[in-house]
Amino acid sequence: MSNKDRQITFENVSKFYGEVLGVNRVNLTIPPGITSLVGPNGSGKTTLMNLMTGLLCPTQGTIRVLGVPPDQPEALFRFLGYCTQYDSFPRGITGYQFVHSYLRLHGKTDSEARDLTQHALERVRLTDAADRKVAGYSKGMRQRIKLAQAISHWPLVLVLDEPLNGLDPLVRAETIALFRSLAEEGVHVIISSHILHEVDAISDQVILLSSGYVVAEGQIHGVRTEVEEHPMQILIRCERPGRLASRIFEQSSVVEARVHADGKGLLVRTRDPDEFYLALNRLVLDGVDLESVAPADDDVHSVYQYLIGPDGGSI
Amino acid sequence: MNSDSGNLWREQVMAIMRLEIKKNFLARRGLWIYLLALAPVLLFAGHSFERLRHGRVCDLGQDNLIFATVFQFFFLRLAVFFGCVGVFMNLFRGEMLEKSLHYYLLTPVRREVLLAGKYLSGVVTTVVIFGTSAALSLAGLYWHIHPQVVRQYLLEGGGLEHVAAYLGITALACIGYGGVFLLMSFLFNNPMIPAAIVLVWEGLNPFLPAALKKISVIFYLQSLCPLEAPLRSKWAFLAINANATPPYLAVPGLLLVTLAGLYLAARKVRKLEINYGAE
Ligand SMILES: Nc1ncnc2c1ncn2[C@@H]1O[C@H](COP(=O)(O)OP(=O)(O)OP(=O)(O)O)[C@@H](O)[C@H]1O
Ligand SMILES: [Mg+2]
Repeated sequence: MSNKDRQITFENVSKFYGEVLGVNRVNLTIPPGITSLVGPNGSGKTTLMNLMTGLLCPTQGTIRVLGVPPDQPEALFRFLGYCTQYDSFPRGITGYQFVHSYLRLHGKTDSEARDLTQHALERVRLTDAADRKVAGYSKGMRQRIKLAQAISHWPLVLVLDEPLNGLDPLVRAETIALFRSLAEEGVHVIISSHILHEVDAISDQVILLSSGYVVAEGQIHGVRTEVEEHPMQILIRCERPGRLASRIFEQSSVVEARVHADGKGLLVRTRDPDEFYLALNRLVLDGVDLESVAPADDDVHSVYQYLIGPDGGSI
Repeated sequence: MNSDSGNLWREQVMAIMRLEIKKNFLARRGLWIYLLALAPVLLFAGHSFERLRHGRVCDLGQDNLIFATVFQFFFLRLAVFFGCVGVFMNLFRGEMLEKSLHYYLLTPVRREVLLAGKYLSGVVTTVVIFGTSAALSLAGLYWHIHPQVVRQYLLEGGGLEHVAAYLGITALACIGYGGVFLLMSFLFNNPMIPAAIVLVWEGLNPFLPAALKKISVIFYLQSLCPLEAPLRSKWAFLAINANATPPYLAVPGLLLVTLAGLYLAARKVRKLEINYGAE
């Protein structure tokens, strides 16, 4: 197996919902272990996960999950499980049936599917409630039955959209322990959250998203303490940096904008990256052509305010 | 395709059908489909009842013509037609509205296999509902006629062939309209728009040039009907089927139209995205 076949890669991936930007020019490599996608509401976490699993087709760019393109479900879901953020279920189904009937679509026999279902239910501690209708489950139980379904076929890649939502502290701790043990078994566990604090302790790496852009990526342990109040520096690669600079200065949050030494980019310092990225999106929609946008500070120091600021740190 | 993947596909199709057929029959929004299927049964039972009340006047030939007319102009063009709109337009769209479609898309099933499983479940559902309806309608029709006369008609007067033809045509109607409306469900969000378009198109069928006539379901079904419907002059144009196709061409013709619909639907389903927000 080549290295590429053990990773999840995004190459220059963009997704537009009509005029609305989902994610833009994402380049990522995700190795095994626990990876967290962190960003506020609407930053593109679900979009990235849906792209990775073929629920959405990218407008541009290529994605490979352990070497497999997401538009081949027959190959992809042999080794991938996805617990979505959608809190809906087929009508009238019990917890047991929910896990069992979709396992049958894997081509498992009835008894194989039964064993796998039992095991998955045990792992999320839902055996007792298995024969009740999912419609009558509590929020936390629905979250766990979705998790059971996602892990039921022993996937190598587990994608979980806000899996800790609605869990009480005890179950949350158990669930985190489950993620850890899966990661130790060599599984890629990809978790999204809008609270950095919630996941940074368990993650091997963190990907920070804001308004559809990857703003930072890397090992995050202790990063919050290192972050200072300095304005964030962003490098924008484009053909005519001078013209872009004049438009970007219209933003009140921009402290400084200067053309890069090589003349093919613009270095911007901003106090409010959130607002800045939004403004940048508007420029892109106006037809301004950007080659790439990336934090200019190489490390995760450029984590922006929201994630480590009052909101993100309070929970 | 090798035989391994062939087996897998078959198992997957069966697993999908098990889930879907239950859902189709029990769908709350599908209640009116049962009413559509019940209507002709009640109509013919009522007809028999009337005749019985006024003494036995059995005119088998007359009754068969009444049935032929109702079958062509109510049963096929409206009951089965809208029944298929209700079932097939909802196979994917209904799950999009209920936000449960992604569970299928997250299994190792080719999108085309999912399409096939859902389509076949729709065919089973509609054939059972409307096949039963056609059979009960015929039973209702012959109810007032002396059993001896009915038996003689069935066994010696070509009656059994007629009954078989009606049931076969009903099944073909479900197969054909199923393919058409499954495709339409990928093209339109509101099921009433394609229903109206197809209804008008099929109504215009007698006036279309020969080549366009063939892009239709009713054209083939009409060619297969065992008795011509005797329409009064004002409506006679609906029945004109100048170049009626013989059965050995009509059946493959209808299947070809269905396959074309399914092929286009398969191309659509490959590009299908989960978009629960925008509905
Ligand atoms: N179906 C859609 N149609 C139009 N725009 C969409 C659609 N889905 C997402 N978007 C937009 O794409 C952007 C990213 O959305 P996404 O759902 O990926 O964010 P998220 O990080 O998962 O947010 P949340 O924390 O609320 O789940 C948002 O601006 C959102 O409005
Ligand atoms: Mg989300």
